[in-house]
Parts: sequence; C-alpha cells; structure tokens
Amino acid sequence: MGIQVDIEKCTGCKKCVLACPFGAMELVEKKAQINYDECTICGACADACEFDAIEIERGAGKGTENIEEYNGVMVFAEQHAGEMKNCSYELLGEGRKLAEKLGEELSAILPGSRVESLAGELFAHGADKVYLVDDENLAEYKTGPYTTAVAAVIAKYKPAIVLYGATTTGRDLAPRVAARIQTGLTADCTGLDIDPETGLLLQTRPAFGGNIMATIKCPRHRPQMSTVRPKVMKKPDPDYNRKGEIIHVPVEINPKSVKTKILEGIKLAKATGDIEEADIIVSGGWGLGEPENFRMLEDLARALGGAVGASRAAVDAGWQPHSNQVGQTGKTVCPKLYIACGISGAVQHLVGMQTSDVIIAINKDPQAPIFQVADYGIVGDLFQIIPKLIKALEKQSV
Amino acid sequence: MDIIVCIKQVPDISEIAKVKTDPETGTIVREGVPSIVNPFDEFAVEEAVRIKERLEDEVNVTVITMGPPQAEEALRKCLSMGADNAILLSDREFAGGDTLATGYVLSTAIRKVGNYDLILCGQQATDGDTAQVGPGIAENLHIPQITYINKLEVQKKKVIAHREIEGGIEVIECRMPVLMTAVKGLNEPRIPKYKAITKALSKEITVWNAADLECEMDRVGLSGSPTNVVKVFSPEPRAGGRKIEGLSANEAAMKILDILKEEKFI
Repeated sequence: MGIQVDIEKCTGCKKCVLACPFGAMELVEKKAQINYDECTICGACADACEFDAIEIERGAGKGTENIEEYNGVMVFAEQHAGEMKNCSYELLGEGRKLAEKLGEELSAILPGSRVESLAGELFAHGADKVYLVDDENLAEYKTGPYTTAVAAVIAKYKPAIVLYGATTTGRDLAPRVAARIQTGLTADCTGLDIDPETGLLLQTRPAFGGNIMATIKCPRHRPQMSTVRPKVMKKPDPDYNRKGEIIHVPVEINPKSVKTKILEGIKLAKATGDIEEADIIVSGGWGLGEPENFRMLEDLARALGGAVGASRAAVDAGWQPHSNQVGQTGKTVCPKLYIACGISGAVQHLVGMQTSDVIIAINKDPQAPIFQVADYGIVGDLFQIIPKLIKALEKQSV
Repeated sequence: MDIIVCIKQVPDISEIAKVKTDPETGTIVREGVPSIVNPFDEFAVEEAVRIKERLEDEVNVTVITMGPPQAEEALRKCLSMGADNAILLSDREFAGGDTLATGYVLSTAIRKVGNYDLILCGQQATDGDTAQVGPGIAENLHIPQITYINKLEVQKKKVIAHREIEGGIEVIECRMPVLMTAVKGLNEPRIPKYKAITKALSKEITVWNAADLECEMDRVGLSGSPTNVVKVFSPEPRAGGRKIEGLSANEAAMKILDILKEEKFI
C-alpha cells in the first residue's frame, strides 16, 4: 500500500522533484527518494515521471456495491422559507451539461415543508424530475432531518452524481451525507467535467488557498458528490415550457431524533447586501483609517447595487463585522466586479477574491501587492476619488 | 466535563507566497515553509480552555491530531494554550487519506478516549479548505453537529450556539454531546506565555497508531479514501493589469467611471 519509487526505472531526471507541490521528493545518489512525512500521495510525481518509476498502489477498499446501477445527475435544491437559493439554479445549469455528456437524466432533490410550488422553477432551469420530500420536520434547515431525507432519496434512486452548493447549508449537509452513505465528497469545486473515457466525474478545486488546483475523481464509490462554489457556474435562462415529473418520496423522520432546536434567527442589519450573493463588492481595508469611512463605501456600493466587504485588518480593528470579511479566515468570493479600496493585498486577502471577474484597486501606495492582481489599478487618494465617483454615478442615474 | 478538540498542522500560507514557485513547473516549493496550528483550530482550542476556566466543574481538555510525527509540535502549542492532554494519531497507513478516511480515524480515537461532552473543531483547515472532517466525525459518532459557530454558551446539559449563516445568525440549542466547528470571531486566541510554553514541552504526548485504534484497515489512508487526486496543477496566474498613476482625483474618478461603462457595470 502506498507510494514507491522503482529504483531500477528511475533515471534521476529530477522531474518528480520539481513536480511535487509538497517538497516531499528529493534526489539521493541520483535516484528519487520520497520523504514520507511530507508526502500526501497526491500523485503529481507519478504524472510527471516519464519512466513509470513511481508506483502508487491503491488498495481495493470497500467501494459501493452494484456500482453500475447508479445513474443520472442529481442537484440538491436549497431553499430557505420557500425561497430558492440562486446557486441551485447554477447547479442545474452545470448539471444539465454533465447529464447530456452522459446521456442520462437530471433531477433535483427538494426537501422542505410545503415547497411543491418550487418544482416549476426547477423544471424551467433544467431538471427532468424533482424528488420532493415534504415534511414538517424539514420546514427549516437542520442537519439531522435533512441528512436523513437526502440519504434516503440517494439510497432509493441511486444517482451517479450529486451536486450541492458550497453554502453554509451545503457544506454542513454534504459531508454528513457522505459519511452516512460512505462515499467521496469534493469540496468547493470550481470546475466539473466528465472524463470521456471512463464517464467519471472530474472535479477541479483550488487548494492551498488557490496556490494549486487539483482534479479529483471518485472511481469506486457512488454517488460521486461535490459541493460547488456559488457564482462560478452560470445560471441558465429559464424555459417555462419545459415540463417535468414530481416524485413524492415519503421519508420517515422521527421528531424526537431531531437534536437541534433553532431558538431564533437573527437577520443582520446591514447597509448593503450579503457579499456571498453580490455581483459587485466594494471592499475596504486598513487604508480607510476609521470605521466611519466605511459609509462612503456603502454609498458607493448602493450606487452600484453591490455589497460592502472588508479586509482582515479592517475586521480585526472592529470597523466591520466578521461576516463581511473577504479572505483566508473570512469568505471566498467571486463577484463580477471587486473594488478594493485601501487594501494592500496580503496573500490572505488575495486568496479570497482573486477569482473575481474584474478587479479595480484604489490605493495610494504604488507598490501595494493588490496591483499585481488588479485589472485596473488606480494609484491615488481614495478619500478624494470615491466621493467624486459617487457623485458622477448619481449624475448618471438621474 | 470532557472536551475534545481536533486540530491539524498546516503550512503557513503567508510564507508560501514568499517562497518562490518553481520556474520550470510553476509549482510551489514547499521546502522550508513553517508549519502552524490551523488558524481556525486555535479558536476551537481557545474556546475549550475558556470553558475550562469559566466553569466551576472540573473540565478536561484533550487535543487530538492525525499527522506525521512532526505534528507533535502543533499539539505542544495547544498544550501551551492550556489543553490538558494531547494525542497524536500517527501511522504510515494513514497517509493519503481523504476527508472520509480522516474523519473515520479521528472518530475511532475519540471512541477510544471514551468520555466527551463537547467536540470542537475549526470550521476548516487552511490547506484543504474542505470543512468536511468535522461533520464526518459527528456522523461516525452519531451525535449532532453545529457548524460555523461564533458564540457559545455552555449550560448544565446543553449548549446554546450562534451559527453564522448567509446574512444572519441562527441561535441553536442542543443537548450534549455535540460537535461544533468554530469560525473567526468566536474568541481571540491567547498567545502563550514563556512559562506555559516550557511547561508544555515537558508534557507527555500519547501516540496511537492504527493497531492501537483497532481501525478497519480498508477505511484508512489511501484504501479508505473514495476520492483520488488525478492531477495537480498551478492555476493560470492572474495577469496583473494596468496600473494608472499620476491622475488628479477628478480624472481618476472619471477613469473609473469609464472602466465601469466599458465593462458594462453601469
């Protein structure tokens, strides 16, 4: 079990040493040698080796029985209080492409209470079938009953692929389902495809804060499951002529088995929208100087129809709530437009926003690292520029 | 009361950026990058120690990690923060394990420890960013979970936790035992004093291998991992665009307005 170098085949070409993202491979007496304490068996060295000198032996494990019975793509339709999350539609758009490549059907699983009326939108966005689990115990999202519902539908209808949004709900639910049914789960994917040879799902995701990308397969277990980063996949245009079939799935949920109780939901009073949902984010950092100056960013965000974000420095100073923090210990966002104001661009910030479509940076320090990722870097005083920009935008809209 | 905190040793990514990427392959050279306790796990350790300091009952805090022998260093940091015991799960057979296999190994260790009222984890580790191991452990132990907590109140037999969700907070009540994962904002982790650091150095760390845990070997490491990495590559570096200098404030504002029009945002 594990990874080994075949010394006979190794020519000491050093390609594996260069390919290893973990610094776990070195050349000792002109032969590759693995430092097993650093190696994560990611396989980058074996890919790079032209002489088949690196062998990775994967044990048989258990695997899923009757794997050939699993068929079709299923999307977890996430709704809260009867309101569908946008990312569910994005997943249907992506799921449709995968289903067509496989020549199989696309379905949605819709757990909730009195949510049948949402099925029409799911059909319009590409679903062929909707598996509806309607139960009072599913009225609000709770890990326990939702896991029971989703695991039951998977067990009964055996989809080959299940996709969830990488939201707080999706990231709470999917790993729990994966552990219950003992299958693989790839977190926070930014790319999905079907391997034309094997028909397996190819799941691509960033790791190490986006410093490397990894493509992951789940060959022996079903379903193949991913959480998918919101806003990366395109939401399809709805077609209200599309029809589909609603399948009611009765699932027994014992109210006594529900261990958590939601005492209260507190909506955060915010001047602007949520950064997870926003197409435009205006973000402020240490350069804002004091908390009151964030009002200026709120005005700009409102003028553009966006939301306000913040760097870690601004959050640690207490100027903005943590829920607005973009970056490694905050949120990863990929809006259409990200305007960084007075943010120097430490790597911990960049990993949270560098996949935005367009980045504009305003900073007075021409050496600030944010300019290395910004499409448009404006060197100047944000306190002078932003009020003038807001005025100009207001003029535009009149 | 018994609290178990699961932690992970991760490379410090602020240092990765300083280390050059290999010009030939474009991959990161990780050699010499220092390791740290996963930042989110520090919130979990800090919270456990604060509960210990706050409650009148006797509270025992055990930190557990799965990793290579050098992960001991991360456990010592947690001991210096005030944890009572530390357990290292180390076995070559654990290598290459994905989140399912890792959650399995950690849950066998927690079963072996036996007593637990609370299990705390960081929301995710900063190297993999999966957030999957915590829920995996909770499922294996058949206990409830509350992820993304930023405030915690521990009462006699239950907890009341604030869960950070999109656009708001859920206040959740749950009887113990329960597993919770911490977000930033839960607390401000302490910086251990010199005396605590030296004291932690002399503490004994329990080491368990697969045989000690009586693991089913087809559920650990590579063979217990449904997911396989088939390709690792560097993302296309974002091409830094134009830096525009020397404009007056008015010109700069008009320039941004033009950009917004050009890119069709207005």
